Amino acid sequence: MNNTQSTELLFEISKTGRRCHRLPVCDVPVDEPLESLLPDAHRAAEPPPLPEVGEIDLIRHYTNLSTRNMSIDTNFYPLGSCTMKYNPKRHERFAGLPGFAALHPLQDDETLQGMLELLFHMQEYLAEISGLPAVSLQPAAGAQGELTALFVAAAYFRDKGETQRKKVLVPDSAHGTNPASAALAGFEAVTVKSTPGGLVDLDDLRAKIGPDTAVFMITNPNTLGLFEKQIQTITTLLHEQGALVYLDGANMNAILGITRPGDFGADMQHYNVHKTFTGPHGGGGPGSGPIAVREFLAPYLPAPVVVQDGDRYRLEYDMPKSIGRVRSFFGNVGILFRGYCYIRTLGPDGLKDVSEQAVLNANYLRARVAEGYDIPHAGPCMHEFVASARGLLREKKIRAMDIAKRLLDYGYHAPTVYFPLVVPEALMMEPTETESRETLDAFADTLLAIRNEEPDMLRTAPHTHIISRADEVKAAKEPVLRWK
Amino acid sequence: MSEYVLNTPEDQAAMLARIGVSSIEDLFTPIPLELRLGRPLHIPPALSEVELSHHMHTLANRNQSASSAVCFLGGGAYDHFIPSVVDAIAGRSEFYTAYTPYQAEASQGTLQAIFEYQTLMCQLTGLDVANASLYEGGSAVAEAVLMAMGITGRSGDILLAESVHPEYRQVVETYTANLGCRVVTLPTPEGFLNPDDVAAAVNDQTICVVAQSPNFFGHLEELHAIGAVTQKAGAIFIHSFDPISVGLMKRSADYGVDIAVAEGQGLGTPLGFGGPYLGILACRKEYVRKIPGRLVGQTVDRHGKRCWTLTLQPREQHIARAKATSNICTNQGLFALRAAVYLTALGPQGLRETAELCLRKAHYAARKLGQLDGVALRFPGRPFVKEFAVQVPGNVESLLGQLRGLGYHAGLSLGRWYPAFRDSFSVAVTEQRTKSEIDGLAQAMQSRLA
Repeated sequence: MNNTQSTELLFEISKTGRRCHRLPVCDVPVDEPLESLLPDAHRAAEPPPLPEVGEIDLIRHYTNLSTRNMSIDTNFYPLGSCTMKYNPKRHERFAGLPGFAALHPLQDDETLQGMLELLFHMQEYLAEISGLPAVSLQPAAGAQGELTALFVAAAYFRDKGETQRKKVLVPDSAHGTNPASAALAGFEAVTVKSTPGGLVDLDDLRAKIGPDTAVFMITNPNTLGLFEKQIQTITTLLHEQGALVYLDGANMNAILGITRPGDFGADMQHYNVHKTFTGPHGGGGPGSGPIAVREFLAPYLPAPVVVQDGDRYRLEYDMPKSIGRVRSFFGNVGILFRGYCYIRTLGPDGLKDVSEQAVLNANYLRARVAEGYDIPHAGPCMHEFVASARGLLREKKIRAMDIAKRLLDYGYHAPTVYFPLVVPEALMMEPTETESRETLDAFADTLLAIRNEEPDMLRTAPHTHIISRADEVKAAKEPVLRWK
Repeated sequence: MSEYVLNTPEDQAAMLARIGVSSIEDLFTPIPLELRLGRPLHIPPALSEVELSHHMHTLANRNQSASSAVCFLGGGAYDHFIPSVVDAIAGRSEFYTAYTPYQAEASQGTLQAIFEYQTLMCQLTGLDVANASLYEGGSAVAEAVLMAMGITGRSGDILLAESVHPEYRQVVETYTANLGCRVVTLPTPEGFLNPDDVAAAVNDQTICVVAQSPNFFGHLEELHAIGAVTQKAGAIFIHSFDPISVGLMKRSADYGVDIAVAEGQGLGTPLGFGGPYLGILACRKEYVRKIPGRLVGQTVDRHGKRCWTLTLQPREQHIARAKATSNICTNQGLFALRAAVYLTALGPQGLRETAELCLRKAHYAARKLGQLDGVALRFPGRPFVKEFAVQVPGNVESLLGQLRGLGYHAGLSLGRWYPAFRDSFSVAVTEQRTKSEIDGLAQAMQSRLA
C-alpha cells in the first residue's frame, strides 16, 4: 500500500461550484413561486452545506479509500464468530434484477408473487435447517433476532400469566448482544459460569434456574468453538422449570444438516443469514437475523409472515397475539435473497459439506496454531477455536493485540481478539470452508514466525499500512466525531 | 466437492492425518449420535449457476416492479433516482466484503467513509453528532425513544403523533412493551398534530414526543410549536425527517429538535422490497454517551498522522453487555456508504434541485388529480413537499386495483392503517416522475371514476 496517498476528507477537497450529478429540467409548469408552495416557516434559505466535488474527484476519493480496507476479496479474514466466507458474485447479479431491486415494500401482494414465493420458501428452508417450524424473516440483524425472540418469550409468558419470570440466564462466554438484548426486553440478565473445559457449568446453571427463569440463551457450538455435549440435559433442566431455551445461531455454520437446534431442545433461535448463508458484510452490515420457533410460539411472531393459499402467496397480517413489529417493512430482503441463492446453489448435500469442511479447516488450523500457541480447551473443535497469547505475554510482554496488528503487515486480517472474555489474551479464529489448505498453512506459518520476531516489531505494528497503530485512547478522551 | 469448497480429497486426507484423526466424522464426536439428523435436509437439490439464473429470472418476472409500472407509492420508501456513481463505489468489493472496522489500521477506507457519513448527517440535520447507522427508519425511532428514556430517567408516557408512520409506531410499541412505560398515540384527525394537543398531553413524567414531518400523509407538522411545549415539560423532542426534502426545508436543528431520525432509503438505496435500508440518527452533543451503536472518531497514529477508529465503545454491547445503550452490533454500513456517495454526488445544489423537482411535480399532480370529478385533496391547505393524500368516491382498493391493471402503482390506501381515512390514498411524486406520467395517471383515474 502507498503510505503517501492523501487522506483529505470530502469536505477538504470541496470547491464551491463543482458538482457531479445534474438533474433534468422541470417538465411541469414552474410559474408558481416556491414560497407559495412551501411556506416561509418551513423553507430554508440555503440547502445543507454538503461538499461540492466533481465526478472524477468523487470516484478517486472513494476508490482510493477502498484500497485502504482489508476485505474477503483481497485477504484471508479469519475473524472468529463472524463467518467471513466467500460472497458469491452471482448473488450480486441476481439481486440487481429490476424484478427484485425495484419492488416497493407496500406494493399489492398480487404484484409480488415471485418475491413472496422466494420468501415463503426461505421460511421453509430455515425451518427445516433448524428443526423449528415457524419462521419470521423480519429481524434486520442477529442482535435484533435475539431481541425479537425475547419479545416473543415475554409475550408468551405474559399470555400464560407467568409474569414472575424476570430472569434470562446467559453463559459468561456469550456474545455481548445476549445480555444487552435481555435488558432491552425488560429481563434481568444473570451470568452462568463456564467450566474450565469451556462448557456451561451445570452446577452453576442448576443453582440459578428457578421459577423466575424465563429463558436460557445458549450459543451452540459455543463461542469457544465447542459443542455443548450436555445440551439435552441443559434443555431438559430448563423445560422442567417451564422456561424456554434460546439458541444464539451465530455458529450455525458448524452444524448444517448434521444436527438441528429443534432436535436438541432449543425452542427459539436466530440465524445470521449474512454469516451462515453468506451475505456480504458490507463494512459493518447489512445483516439479516430471522428467527425460528416452536409451533406454540408461532402466534407471537412479528407480523407479517408469508403464507401460501393454493397457488398464490400473500402476506399474513392477521396475527392477534403477535408482538407487533421490530422494524418497518418486510425485512432485510436483499440479504435473505442472497441466502436463498446460496441454499439453492448448495442443496442438502452441499450445505452439509459446508459444515464438514468448515470444521475440518478449523481443526487443521487449530493443529497448526498449536505448534506455537496455547489452546486452552481440548479438541476437536467445531468451526472455530480460541488460542491464547498468555504465554507470550508472560515471556515477552507481547499481547494478543500485538499479534493481531502484526498479522496485518503480512496481509492477513486479524482474528477476533479479547473475546470470548473467559480466555485471557484470546485470539479467536474461524477460517470457514471457503479457504484452501494452502491458505491455512501460509497463515499458520506466519503466525508461528511472528512469535519469534523482535517484541518491539510486534508492539509497534503494523508497519506497512497507510497508518501505524491508531491512538484509541485519544479518540475516546477527546472525541472528534465529525469534520468541522 | 460442492461449490465454493476448495480442499481436494488428497488435501482432506493430509489434513486429517495432521489433526490425528481418520475421518471427518471423528471431528464431530462431540455431537451425541442421538442428536444427529441422520437424513438429508429436505431442501431442493443443488443448482448450477445457469440453472439458478433461469430460476431467478423466472421469479423476477412474476413481480410487477417500479420499473415495469409507474410508481407513485411512498409511505417511507421512495422511487428516487440513483446516480451510477453510487453503484460503482458500493459495488467495490473492498467495501462490501469487509466487516465492521475493528482493526483500524486495516480499515481506514471504511472508517473514513463512516466519519464522512457522520459529518454529512450532521450537515443534513444541523445537529452535533450522528452515529454510524441503524437498521432503518422504524427501529431508528425506537432507538431514539430508548435514548430519551436514558436521558430523562423518566418512565411515564411516550407520546407519538398518529401521523407518524404506522409501522414506526408499531415498532416503538413492540420495543417498549416490557419496559414499564406507556405509549400514547396523539390523534391527528385533520392530518397533522395539533401543538395544543401536545401541550395538553405532556407532564413532568413525559419521556418524549415523536413527530414526523413530512408526516405519513406527506404533510408538514408545526414542529416549532410542538418542540416548544415538549421541551417546556422537560421531555425530549424527536423528529423523524425526510432526508431528500431537507434540500429545500429547514433542518431538524432549525426547528429545535433534540434527536433527529430518518429512513435513509431515499439516499441512493434501491426500493428492494423494504430492505436493507438505512436508519439515520443524529442528536445534540450532550447526549453523545447515550447514542446507540457504532461511532467513528478521529485520532492520530503513532507518528501523529490523522486517522480514524471506532470510539466511545464502553456504550456498546460487547463491553457494557446488559448495561449497553443498545444491543445493536451489525448495522447498515454499506448503506451509510451509499448515502454518503449519493449526497456527495448531488451536492447542495443537486439536493436542492431534487427536492424542488419533487415539490413542483407533487403540487402539479395534486392539482391535476384535484381537478377530477369527485376527487379532492384530503387535507386541503396543509403544506406538503413530495407526497399528499387524495379523497376519492367509491372503493379505494378497487380503484387502485384497476389503476394497477393500467400500469400505475397509484398510491397507498390509507384505510389500511387509518379507518377514518378509508376514502383516501396517498400519492408520492419523486423527481423521476414525468409530466406525461402524471397526466397519464390523471387520465387513467378519470376513466375509472367516470
